[in-house]
Amino acid sequence: MEILDTFFNIDVLRRTWPLLVSGLGTTLSLSVVGIVASMIWGLLLALGRLYGNLPIRFLVGVYIDFFRSIPLLVLLIVIYYALPFVSVKFSPFTSAALALILVAGAYAAEIFRAGILAVPKGQFEASEALGLSYFSMMKDVVLPQAVKVVIPPLTNNSVNVLKDTALASVVAMPDLLKQATQAQSLAANPTPLIGAAIIYVLILWPLVVIVSRLETRFATEER
Amino acid sequence: MENFIDIKCLNKHYGHFHALKDVSLQVSEGEVVCVIGPSGSGKSTLIRCINMLEEFDPSSSIVVDNIPVKKGKSLREIRAEVGMVFQSFNLFPHLTVLDNVMLAPKRVRKANADELREKALSLLDKVGISAQADKYPKQLSGGQQQRVAIARALAMEPKVLLFDEPTSALDPEMVGEVLDVIKSLAHTGVTMVVVTHEMGFARQVADRVVFMDGGEFVEAGEPAEIFDNPKEERTQKFLQAILNH
Ligand SMILES: Nc1ncnc2c1ncn2[C@@H]1O[C@H](COP(=O)(O)OP(=O)(O)OP(=O)(O)O)[C@@H](O)[C@H]1O
Ligand SMILES: [Mg+2]
Repeated sequence: MEILDTFFNIDVLRRTWPLLVSGLGTTLSLSVVGIVASMIWGLLLALGRLYGNLPIRFLVGVYIDFFRSIPLLVLLIVIYYALPFVSVKFSPFTSAALALILVAGAYAAEIFRAGILAVPKGQFEASEALGLSYFSMMKDVVLPQAVKVVIPPLTNNSVNVLKDTALASVVAMPDLLKQATQAQSLAANPTPLIGAAIIYVLILWPLVVIVSRLETRFATEER
Repeated sequence: MENFIDIKCLNKHYGHFHALKDVSLQVSEGEVVCVIGPSGSGKSTLIRCINMLEEFDPSSSIVVDNIPVKKGKSLREIRAEVGMVFQSFNLFPHLTVLDNVMLAPKRVRKANADELREKALSLLDKVGISAQADKYPKQLSGGQQQRVAIARALAMEPKVLLFDEPTSALDPEMVGEVLDVIKSLAHTGVTMVVVTHEMGFARQVADRVVFMDGGEFVEAGEPAEIFDNPKEERTQKFLQAILNH
C-alpha cells in the first residue's frame, strides 16, 4: 500500500492535475510549432542543398551536418544561457522552439532530400520538356511523388520533436515535465511525475504504432 | 524554306568523352527528320540538346524558331513549343491520364479549365485512348502509355516534336499502334525529329534521314537515297548489319 500511496496517490494527482494539464498544453503547442516549422525549414534546406548554387549547397551541407552533430540539450542551453551575454535574449518558449527547429529541420532536410532523389530522373525531364516552371515541377510532379517516401521518416522525426520538448524544462519552460517536477515538490510526492510519464506514453504510443504501420505499408507498396 | 531548327557546330562532352562532334543540322518548318545510327552514336544526346535537357559546349549554337537555345528565361519559351516523347514514356504516375495531358497547359498556358478538359479529351481521342481518361498510367499497356505521352506533348500545341526511340521499350505487338499515331502527325505542319530503329517507319514517313556514328553526323538524304544508295561506307555497314540481323 505504501507504494501506491507514494507513486499513485490519487489525492495528490487530483490536486496537481490542473498544473499537469497546463504543462501538457505548453508541450503540445511547442510540439506543433516545432514540427510544422521544422518541416518547412527542412524542405527549404533540402531544395537549397539539391538545387542551390555552389556556395549555397556548401553552406546548407555544413548547416545540416553541424545541427545533426550538436546535442539538442547543449544547443538549447547555449541559446538560452549563452546568447544573453551578447544581448540576444529569448523567452524559454522561443529558445526551445528555436533549438528544436534548427535541429529537427536539419534531419527533415535529409529526409526530404532522400525523397526527392528517389523520384526518377525521367519525371524531372518530362516536366522540363513540357516547359513547366521549377515551382510547378516541384509542386505538381516531384513532391507528390516524394511524399510517399518521406512520410514514414518524417512522422518519426515528429515523434522525436514531441519527445525532445521535454528538454525545454531545463530552461524553465513550464512544459509537462517542468510542471510535473514543480507539482512533485509542492506535494512532496512523486505521483505527478508518474502521471506525466503516463501522459507522455499515452500520447506517443499511438504515434509510434502509426510510424511502424506506415513503414510496413510503404515498404510493401514498393513491391 | 527558312530553317526552323538550326544546329551549328554542336559539340557535347560528358567529362572527357566527346559525345557530339561538330554536328550541324538544319530542319525546315513541317519537315520530318529521322535520325538513325548505332547504339552510342549520340542520337539521344543530339535531340536532348535541342530542348537543352543536355547542356552543350558553349561554342555551339542551336536556334529554334528564331530563339537561341540557352539557359535563362527564353528556355521555357522554347520548351513550351518543343514537345518531347521519351523511350520510357515518363508519364506522371500520380496523375490520371487526363491530368497528365492537362497539367502543362494548365500551368504554362493558364487557360480556362473547361476548355482545357475538352481539348485534352479530344487529344486522347485522337490517339485512341479517350476511354482510359480517368485511369492511372500503370493501369495501361505500354503502347497506351506511350500514346498518352504523345497526347501530353501535343497538349502544348508544339511546333516541334522530338521523339527518342518512342517504340523501343514496347512489346512488338504494340509498336504498330504507336507508329500509326506518329505517322498521323507527320505532315500536319508540326516539325518532327525522330530517333528510331524502325527503318521501315523511317523510310515511310521521313522527308530526310540522318545517319550518325561515333558522335558525328555522317550523311543525310531522302530515305530512298540513304537506304538504297548510301554514299558513306559507315552507313552501308550499319544498314547491312541491320538487314542481316
Ligand atoms: N550522362 C552521361 N554521362 C556520360 N556519358 C554519357 C551520358 N549519356 C550518354 N553518354 C555517352 O554518350 C554517347 C552517346 O550516347 P547517346 O545516348 O546519345 O547514344 P544513342 O545514339 O542515343 O544510343 P542508343 O541507340 O543506345 O540510345 C554514348 O557513348 C554514351 O555512353
Ligand atoms: Mg538513345
